[in-house]
Amino acid sequence: MKRLVFFALGSWLCFVNVHSKAMAEGPPKTGESLPSITLPIPEVAAERQYLGLSETKTFKISEIKSRVVIIEIFSMYCPYCQREAPVVNSLYRKIAANPLWKDHIKVIGIGAGNSPFEVDIFKKKYDIPFPLFPDMDFIVHKAFGDVRTPYFIAVQLEENGVVRVIFSELGGLGEVDAFLNLILKRAGINQGVEK
Amino acid sequence: MKKGIFVLLMGLAVALAMGAAAYGRSEAFKENIYDPGTLKPRDSVLNLKVGEAAPDFMLPAVSGGKVSLSQFREKKNVVLSFVPAAWTPVCSDQWPGYNIVKDLFDQHDAVLLGITVDNIPTLFSWTRQMGNLWFPVLSDFWPHGAVSKSYGVLRSDGVSERALFVIDKKGILRYIDVHDINERPRLEALVKALEELDRKP
Repeated sequence: MKRLVFFALGSWLCFVNVHSKAMAEGPPKTGESLPSITLPIPEVAAERQYLGLSETKTFKISEIKSRVVIIEIFSMYCPYCQREAPVVNSLYRKIAANPLWKDHIKVIGIGAGNSPFEVDIFKKKYDIPFPLFPDMDFIVHKAFGDVRTPYFIAVQLEENGVVRVIFSELGGLGEVDAFLNLILKRAGINQGVEK
Repeated sequence: MKKGIFVLLMGLAVALAMGAAAYGRSEAFKENIYDPGTLKPRDSVLNLKVGEAAPDFMLPAVSGGKVSLSQFREKKNVVLSFVPAAWTPVCSDQWPGYNIVKDLFDQHDAVLLGITVDNIPTLFSWTRQMGNLWFPVLSDFWPHGAVSKSYGVLRSDGVSERALFVIDKKGILRYIDVHDINERPRLEALVKALEELDRKP
């Protein structure tokens, strides 16, 4: 009997711990602050430079040197994400080519359930120019409410360290210019196009 | 007391396993995925070993015609990917990954054959959501699960395990992974098995 109680207690304690800490109620909502997540520092120097990170082991979204970060939750196994990859690349290139935007908006991808090997396959297959991070054990995916993929979240990094969600939607980006204009508007970034 | 600690640790392990059932779900399938919940990780008895001859079979393909294992003898290495069921969470996000790594199979002179116990119309509708698959998808529907059974991966409820078999050009089994049905096998493990093919058995 004692053993049974021990077993049940152990199971319950662990179950509560796993679920209360890691499971979010649903996807982050616009206006809320983003759940704190930790990602590994990119191995590639150019990617560290892009995000303005130093050579530590891990980082948080709030440490990225940017006003806005667009986060794509994807999986190399997700056919929709595969089809969407060129669209997201095009979004990145539009931002990178505009001097008014490139220092203020960064793009990253997080591979839900993907190992570093699997993320690398996706990156090479679609020639993805922005940093991708593995989320092998679905830790970020759970923190973001077990969203289906692809899922896009844009956050604004406020001076007080708060990471404010300004966009949170399931599915593709749709038309890149319209999406970008929406993000610029919500973040209060100049929408003009400099040549 | 030692026994008590052991039991406590077992309890923790069970709870961790319960909490670990996570998977990504592609929006490509919209709301059409049926979630069977967390299942018994394995529910069959494998009756084959690495080094043994792989049982031959002939099954109908979704794209038409029939495919046999023996047609690849002396020509191609073969990877069999059994997945439990169409329109379920982990299965729906397994083959689309293989669909973007044809080059990895080509590098090792291997073909991939996807197999489930579903019938052809079901497999047709389901795999259409994945884009154009480069590999044949075969139906082990009738006699129900006969090929899955011959490989020792038919579960007691009539679906197959989530299993990978790598078979060389001589028809010999070189790698077997009967995976936890609730989890997707890592791609790197399969790639390593393909790399091993280049070495002599």
